[in-house]
Order: sequence, then structure tokens, then C-alpha cells
Amino acid sequence: MRIGIPKESKPGETLVAATPATAAQLIKLGYEVVVESGAGVGADQPDVAYEAQGARMTSADEVWGSDVVAKINAPSDDEIGRLHRGSIVVSMMAPARSPELLEKLQGAGATALALDAVPRISRAQALDVLSSQANVAGYRAVVEAAHAFGRQFTGQVTAAGKVPPARVFVVGAGVAGLAAIGAAGSMGAIVRAFDVRPEVAEQVKSMGAQFVFVDMEQEVSSDGYAKEMTAAQEAATAAMYAEEALAADIVITTALIPGRPAPKLITAETVAAMKPGSVIVDMAAANGGNVEGTVTDQKVSTANGVTIIGYTDLASRLAGQTSQLFGTNVVNLFKLLTPAKDGVVALDMDDVVQRGMTVVKDGETMWPPPAVQVSAAPAVAAPAVVAKVEKPPASPGRRFATVAVGAAVLLLLVAAAPVALRVHLTVFALAIVIGYYVIGNVHHALHTPLMSVTNAISGIIVVGALLQIGHGDTAITVLSFIAVLLASINVFGGFAVTRRMLSMFSRS
Amino acid sequence: MTVESAAQAAYLVAALLFILALAGLSKHETAKQGNNYGMAGMAVALVATIALAVDRKVSTLGLILIVVAMVVGATIGLWRARVVEMTGMPELIAMLHSFVGLAAVLVGWNGYLAVEGGADPLEAAALAAQGTLGIHHAEVFIGVFIGAVTFTGSIVAFGKLSGRINSKPLMLPGKNALNIGALVLFVALTVWFCISPQLWLLVVVTIIALLLGWHLVASIGGGDMPVVVSMLNSYSGWAAAASGFLLENDLLIVTGALVGSSGAYLSYIMCRAMNRSFISVIAGGFGIEAGPAGDKDYGEHRETTADEVADLLANASSVIITPGYGMAVAQAQYPVAEMTDKLRKRGIKVRFGIHPVAGRLPGHMNVLLAEAKVPYDIVLEMDEINADFPDTDVVLVIGANDTVNPAANDDPTSPIAGMPVLEVWNAHDVIIFKRSMATGYAGVQNPLFFRENSRMLFGDAKERVDDIVRALG
Repeated sequence: MRIGIPKESKPGETLVAATPATAAQLIKLGYEVVVESGAGVGADQPDVAYEAQGARMTSADEVWGSDVVAKINAPSDDEIGRLHRGSIVVSMMAPARSPELLEKLQGAGATALALDAVPRISRAQALDVLSSQANVAGYRAVVEAAHAFGRQFTGQVTAAGKVPPARVFVVGAGVAGLAAIGAAGSMGAIVRAFDVRPEVAEQVKSMGAQFVFVDMEQEVSSDGYAKEMTAAQEAATAAMYAEEALAADIVITTALIPGRPAPKLITAETVAAMKPGSVIVDMAAANGGNVEGTVTDQKVSTANGVTIIGYTDLASRLAGQTSQLFGTNVVNLFKLLTPAKDGVVALDMDDVVQRGMTVVKDGETMWPPPAVQVSAAPAVAAPAVVAKVEKPPASPGRRFATVAVGAAVLLLLVAAAPVALRVHLTVFALAIVIGYYVIGNVHHALHTPLMSVTNAISGIIVVGALLQIGHGDTAITVLSFIAVLLASINVFGGFAVTRRMLSMFSRS
Repeated sequence: MTVESAAQAAYLVAALLFILALAGLSKHETAKQGNNYGMAGMAVALVATIALAVDRKVSTLGLILIVVAMVVGATIGLWRARVVEMTGMPELIAMLHSFVGLAAVLVGWNGYLAVEGGADPLEAAALAAQGTLGIHHAEVFIGVFIGAVTFTGSIVAFGKLSGRINSKPLMLPGKNALNIGALVLFVALTVWFCISPQLWLLVVVTIIALLLGWHLVASIGGGDMPVVVSMLNSYSGWAAAASGFLLENDLLIVTGALVGSSGAYLSYIMCRAMNRSFISVIAGGFGIEAGPAGDKDYGEHRETTADEVADLLANASSVIITPGYGMAVAQAQYPVAEMTDKLRKRGIKVRFGIHPVAGRLPGHMNVLLAEAKVPYDIVLEMDEINADFPDTDVVLVIGANDTVNPAANDDPTSPIAGMPVLEVWNAHDVIIFKRSMATGYAGVQNPLFFRENSRMLFGDAKERVDDIVRALG
């Protein structure tokens, strides 16, 4: 089958759905790959680079006439018109917010796979474009903020005075938020972050930021996305947002609720009270924004000197990187769709990942898919109330009693023993104690050589047999001959193998 | 100074040299020196004993037999030591334990034949004069019993380790009652023998002990072998000590006690590393009555390829490898060492994390890695490395399963709950080399495989590591 990679028609779009590297991987899966001339220019991928990897550069018509078309943005009306019946189109589609797009795709009799409708389960992460794009966007948000911010992020003590580090507050610790935390932290800023899902606090801390806790009931997410908060929760968090925003130099908001407008988290009053020179990056601008005063795709300044950045193309601003990641997501999708690696798409509707992405199949609507539960969630439901059964440590009194009883028994036994035995028992008891302490110091790595050495020295039993042999009695001589032989194997074999082992241990 | 007193002095020197030998093994730097002390001690003891035997008028035939036995024994021993594979060390050690056990039985029988059997009436008279004849009866009996248990136990352990016997635990009905019954019978027979030392009693106790040793080890599963082998190590020591009491030889007593406490200490470490009591290991049946919660949904695991792993490793700055017995089975230690070498040459920090019960012998993994020329200073034990996993980019789990199972920490209902494990899941990425999704020795499913940061690399560990080495170029 032929996969077509068109040039994006959306004005200003720099991304491309396949780079030369990912095109080569698609070809490896058995597909023929055609790329529209100039498709990769915005992402610094010239036509010759595609051709070098075996893709064919061609006209838009031939690309749109392919069996499969893979692109970044949802196809426009014009583009849908160029699809032939039965073809497959793969792109981001925001199916929940674009019913009219789905209708048109049905009308065209196409099959549509929405790359942004991948169920959020572990296995599907490899093809989740939202995650890979959000990751890049989160990084870029920090770069944009740093560019607009009039000071350094990192704190310094110089001869010209002390420079305090910038304070960054990140709202929402999803993929974008975590990437922003990481980028801001590595530039030297002090980062604080909040998320309505308390379970991500650990991830926030692992990225080096402080997690802001709000005193309220927080729900554990069951589908991997944050939920919109209840009115009561909203009231409780509003004060926190205001407080954190006022203390921060940079605010980055990433709060999104799937299929709904973004929640307004930072009010106009809060913005008006922020320090002059502060920067807000509203990563939810495409969905209405988390900040009052955000203008989509614009950088605006308020009366009090606060910059609000509402760019929605943060990922596209790192076009080479994002295209590579997007292209890899597409390759991973085709790996899933082409189990036989024969260049033929085999769409399996029993697979939750493929089912979830398929919004239109041969002109039939498939949206919305049945709900998928994230595998991690059910485990949370099982309450971990089973108390650990731990043996209480013996009390000192009890331990003393045990030792006292043991000592008394030993005392009686030894006292009753004949003199000759008593001497041997003394030697025996002291040797055990010495053995215990000597062995306790042996390095764990040397336990195998220790065992072979003890094997060798326990061959000392040869001493007993040596003194029994050759004193007239045939039976004794035969038995002790065997004993000497066996014990000699131990003595010589044990020491020799220990020597061999020890000589293998070497330092770097 | 007589030969007798000189020999006693030599024995003391030998005993001290043995203690120095064990003390030397506490560090890598002094380990070879320790082994040399051990050999010196043994040489002193052997020379003194042969001199003593000559002094006690050993027959010429006896002397020839001594030389023949020692030469044959030394030849066999040196030959085995030279050719043994390091993966076969557990078998060799089990085999050597059985020799000590059998030698102790033979020495005990000789003791009976000499004193109670009337072959050496002078010795019997001397003991009777001291009033220790009854003690001698008991010593014979105890020495033979411990020796025989060690002998058959080690033979079964050898069979299981070398795959000649099925490593599944043998489940006889009422097996604990059988073990305890044998012990009670032993005590009763000891008392009887002390009162009336008859040959048939010694025969009966030898048979009982042989059966007990066989049953004891046969009912323990293959995965508990580290405990069994160190337990038998301990027994072989006690057998030697018992012979020492019988022969009134302090060198044997001291050496036996050293070896006995060494084995006991190792068993203790192994049991602690599995969070199990010694009794429960001996009683066996682990993971059988506590069946796995099979129907629980752990979610999906993800696969990866050798090329992707090579990429991941090449871009990492810190890597930890946690090998298990599976690595030894697949003979993957050589490619693993080669991979380690390649990564270290690229400036990547590579270390090994060894769980105390990894392998079939305490410290077995260390020996296998040393044989493959992995420097010992990057091979760390669990307690040394557990805190470093959060700062690690990639963890390679090669042939290990239960020792890296997060359920031991998280799931109080798990059969391995409370067992200390390598906390590999704290690392950024975890790659698990595995043949299939089968459960480990404990029969417990491993939630590690389903973690977000885990990926499975299926297939033979050696081939997969070879692939990675090739991909690293």
C-alpha cells in the first residue's frame, strides 16, 4: 500500500508527519512512501533527504490519491474532497470537538484514525502524539517565557550584587507541565507546581519541583486525565492560585479537560496584582485559556506590565524535533497496524488502541469508542488496609531470661561432664564464637570462595582417618583408607578451586 | 618434647592458621593471602599427623596406603578443581560436602570397631579408666548420625543442582512428622546404645540418618538451594567436630566449629534475604500452599527490541545490571561483561546489583561475573546499591524475577511480602530480559513487568545481549 505525506495546508504550520528517518522505517514495514514536494521544508527536511531514504517526492494530487494519508492537522474540506473512497486518513482530529469533520469524513467514505484519540494506556504511549507534542511544547513554553522575562532564571552572587533566582509556578503536572518543570528547573529557577490529581505529587518532586498542596478533597484520576473540579474545590483552590501567582515571576498553565473548554484558573484581578515584568504562558490558549486576558496565538502586555503569551503553536516552533517525534508516533501506529510487515493495513477492531483511534470506518461513524480504564487505576481501588504482620522484637527482659536459661543448662551439662570432655567443650564453644565473628566480616562477594575454603579445611577430618589406618584390623584399615581418599579430594580440590576463583577477581 | 607433644603444638598452629584463612577472606585484597594461610595450616596438620602415625608404629602397609590414598585423592581433587565450570560450583561444593559427611561416617564406624568392637583393647581400657567410655559410645553415635545426614543430603543436593534429580520439592505425606520422628528415634537409640553398644543399633542409626538426609533435602525446592548448600556446609562442619570429640582431637573440633558456624551464618544471611525462617525453609513447600493470585489484572506489558535497548544504553549516563540465576543458565555472563566493557569505554557508569539469594550458592553471581572479567569493584550488593536506583537511567534485569518484585514491598498479601528486593523500578527505564511471561520460582506474578517504565526483551538472554553488543558496535 502507498502512504502519502502531504504538505500541511494550515497557514504557518511548520510540522510534517514524516521525517526522512521515519519515512525509512515506514518503507521497512513494506509500504511505498510518497511525500509532497516541499512538505518537510518547515521542519528543515529537504526533499533530497527523503529521496535518499527511498521515499518518492511527488505532486499533491498523487499524495492525496494514496491508500493512506498521514498528516499533522485534521484534513480541510478541500482535502477531504481529494480523498478517494476507502482510503485511510491519519492525523490529529479532536473528534470530541469536531462533529462536522467526522460527518464530512463519513460522507467521503473514508476511514479516519485520530492520533489524538489514543487511549491513555501504557502500551499506547508509543503512538500518543499528544504526549510527544506536549513534551516539546512544555519545554518551548519555558523558552518563550525566558525570552519575554527581563531577568535571568538562575540565581547568582556576583561582585555587582546578588541576583535572586526566578520563581516559576506550573499549573498542571501532565506531560507538558512536567516538561516545563524540568526545563525551568535546569535553567536554575525555583519551581513550584500544582495539579488537581494528588497522585502526581511524586512525579513533580522527582523533577525537582515543590508540589503545592491545597487543603481539600482531591480525587484520584481513573482515566489518566484531570477532571474539572467541583464548585467547592474551585473555591478552595482559587485562593491558592492567586497566592502562588503573586509570588511567582513566571506562571505556566497547562490545565486541560478533554472535550471541554479549559478551566479559568488565573483571574483578571490576580493578573492585575502581579509584579510588573512577570510572564504568563497559557498553554491552554487553544481551548480558551486558563488565564483571563489570554489572546489566542498572541503575546499581549497588560497595563501593569505583565506579559501573557497565548501561542498555540509551541510545539511547531521546534519543528524539526516535533516532526521527528510525531513521525515516530506514526511509525509506531503502522507497526501496530501492520503485524505482518507486508505493507498492508490490517485494522483490528478488537484491539482497544486501534478501536479507540478509529473515529470513522469505511464511512461509518465509530465515535465515541467504549471507555477504556487505565490499567493502573483498579489497583488503587483495593484498599491497602491489610496490616503488616510483624514479629514484635523480644523484650530485653525476655531475651535476658533466654540467655540465662541457656547458660544454666550449659553450666549443668558441662559440670556433669568428665574432665577430658570439659576441655574439649571449652575449645568447641570458643571456636564457634570465633567462627561466628570471623565469618560475619566476610564480604558478600566472597561467600562462594568462603564455602570452598571451608570445604577444604573440613577435609581436616583426614587427620582422624590417618591415625586409624594400619593398626592391624583389616576392616578399620579399609574404611579409613576410603576416608583418607575422600578427605584428600576435599583438601586439595577445595584449596585449588578457591585459588582459581580468587585469581579471577580483578579490580578495574 | 615428644612427637606427641610436638604434634599437639602443630595442631594449635594449624587451627590458628585456619582462623587467619577465614579472616583473610573478609576482603578481596587479603583473600588470596587467606587461602595461602589455609594451605599452610593444612600442610602443618598433615605433616604432624603423619609423623604422629609413624610414631604410633603404623604398619608399612598402612603408610603405603596413606600415600596411595592421598595421591589418588589429591589427583582427583586437583583435576576437578581445574576443570569445573564456574556455573557448576554449586554441584562441586555439594559433592565435597558429601565426602566430608561420608568420611565422618567412616571415622565413626572405625571408632566403634576400635573401642566397642574390641580391635583396640588398650584404648578401650584407657577410656574405661577415665570413665568416658559411655561418652565415647554417644560420640560414635552422634558423629555417624550427622555424617550420614550430611552425606545423603549433599548427594541429593548435588543431584538437584546438576539436574540429575527433579528440583521440585518432594511432598511425602506428613513429611514434618517423618523428620521429627527420625530425630526422636535417634535420641532414643542413642540412649540405648550408651547403655548397650551393639553393632545392629549403629547399623540402624546409619540407615535412619541416611534416609533423613535424603528426605530433608529432597523435600526442598530448587530455588532454596542457596540455603540448603550453606546448611550442608554447616552440617559438614559439625560432622568434623563430632569426629574431633570422638578422637579427642582439638584441631578437628576447632576446625569443625569454624566450618559449622560459617555455614550456619551463611544460612542465616540467605534466610534473612528471603525474609523466611530457617524452619520454614527446612519444612519446605514455599509458594505451593500460598498460590499466586492469578486472576488479578496487572495490565499490559510492553516489548522492546535489542536495537532500542542499545540506543537507550548508549544515551544513558548510569546503568545498573541486576543478574539472576537465569543469566547463569543462559551462560550470558560473557556477553554481559563485553557489553559492560563497551559501555564503560564510552564513559557510561555501569554497576551490578546482586541480591543475596541470586544464583544457587551464596556469592555465586560474583564468581560468575569475576570469571567473565567484570571488575569486582563495580559489583555491589543489594544494600549498597538500593539507594542509587532513583538516579539511574537504565536498569537491565537479566534472568532475575522474584528478587526484583515490587510486590514484596507493596503487597502485604503476596507470598514474598517483606522479602528485601532490589528496587529497580525506581530507575528511569527498566529492561527485563526474559524467556516468556512465566512466573519466577516463588510462582508469584511480578507487577514490575507491567510498570510504565518497564519494557520486556523476550528471548534467550545470551542471544539478546549479543544483539545489543553488536548494535553498540
